[in-house]
Amino acid sequence: MLEALMKIFGKKESSGKIAKDRLKVVLIHDRANISPEVMNNLKNDIIRVISNYMEINQHDMEISLADDDDSVALVANIPVSRMKHDKGKNKG
Amino acid sequence: MSEIYVITSGKGGVGKTTTTANLGVGLAMRGKRVALVDTDTGLRNLDLLLGLENRIMYDLIDVTEGRVEYKKALVRHKKYDSLFLLPTSQVKDKTAVNPEQLVKLCNDMKKEFDYILIDCPAGIEQGFKTAIAAADVAIVVTMPEISAVRDADKIIGELGRADKENIKLVVNRIRPLMVESGDMLDMDDINDILSIECIGQVPDDEMVVTSTNRGEPCITMPNSQAGQAYRNIVSRLCGEPVPFMEFPKEGFFTRLKRVFNL
Repeated sequence: MLEALMKIFGKKESSGKIAKDRLKVVLIHDRANISPEVMNNLKNDIIRVISNYMEINQHDMEISLADDDDSVALVANIPVSRMKHDKGKNKG
Repeated sequence: MSEIYVITSGKGGVGKTTTTANLGVGLAMRGKRVALVDTDTGLRNLDLLLGLENRIMYDLIDVTEGRVEYKKALVRHKKYDSLFLLPTSQVKDKTAVNPEQLVKLCNDMKKEFDYILIDCPAGIEQGFKTAIAAADVAIVVTMPEISAVRDADKIIGELGRADKENIKLVVNRIRPLMVESGDMLDMDDINDILSIECIGQVPDDEMVVTSTNRGEPCITMPNSQAGQAYRNIVSRLCGEPVPFMEFPKEGFFTRLKRVFNL
């Protein structure tokens, strides 16, 4: 009886809502699956921009997409060798 | 002007072939000249849904390999004489046709037909790539189920990579009572997740089973809910804006009875 009343008035999350929330998360992960080629282009673009400001060690640089439970992050580990004196003036 | 549609889904069993058969019959009921091309080589079923399984002489592979002209392989529908089926082979596999061959065939057929509907196999491999190659518009069929929606999302991504940008969505096998009680994704949820224009929501309907048994798509049945939903989709494809159908709601007392298991 109590269970029946809970069904009418209770606040238990509906399975449709759960399905929607799970789908949203799984699709973030699915869509974040980008090809090594795109990843490489992204890496080169990042190197180009950062090099305007500082010298970086390109060989030890790591860049990847990290999956968390409900989000995806772009994680970059970029060792800096030296700051440039004319920070940002030599763009292009 | 003729239009080429591909009906696809990624996941199997969501109703691609049923949708193809119904839309084909629906368009033919309006007097349009329609060709249905089955590309599910090795697992053909579109002939069964149309009740044409005993009339097949030649198939898609005979045409693409140049043994017969496509007109010879076409099977005319018994009742709707502007509707034709180009069946595929039941013995060959998906590698028997390549995308270039299908594009060439569809270009030839365009001269004779207002609509060409291509029934795509499940999966994202060679068979899928061949089926979508010739299409102007892709109709992605999905179901209110997480696996079907996820696969639909994957298919939408693959279509984008193949430069197929005109994509429409059909949500099939909706159970209105489950949606009402919050236990099933509805069309708006799926729209929100996939961000694709929805052109139809089709309720789960026993008449789909009985009509398939008879080889007569349910769009011909005036009392079928799914049939009405398919008629609405045909109207939308023909450029007539039709509101989405309301599903009958469960009354308060029926719900109370169900909750108390009476």
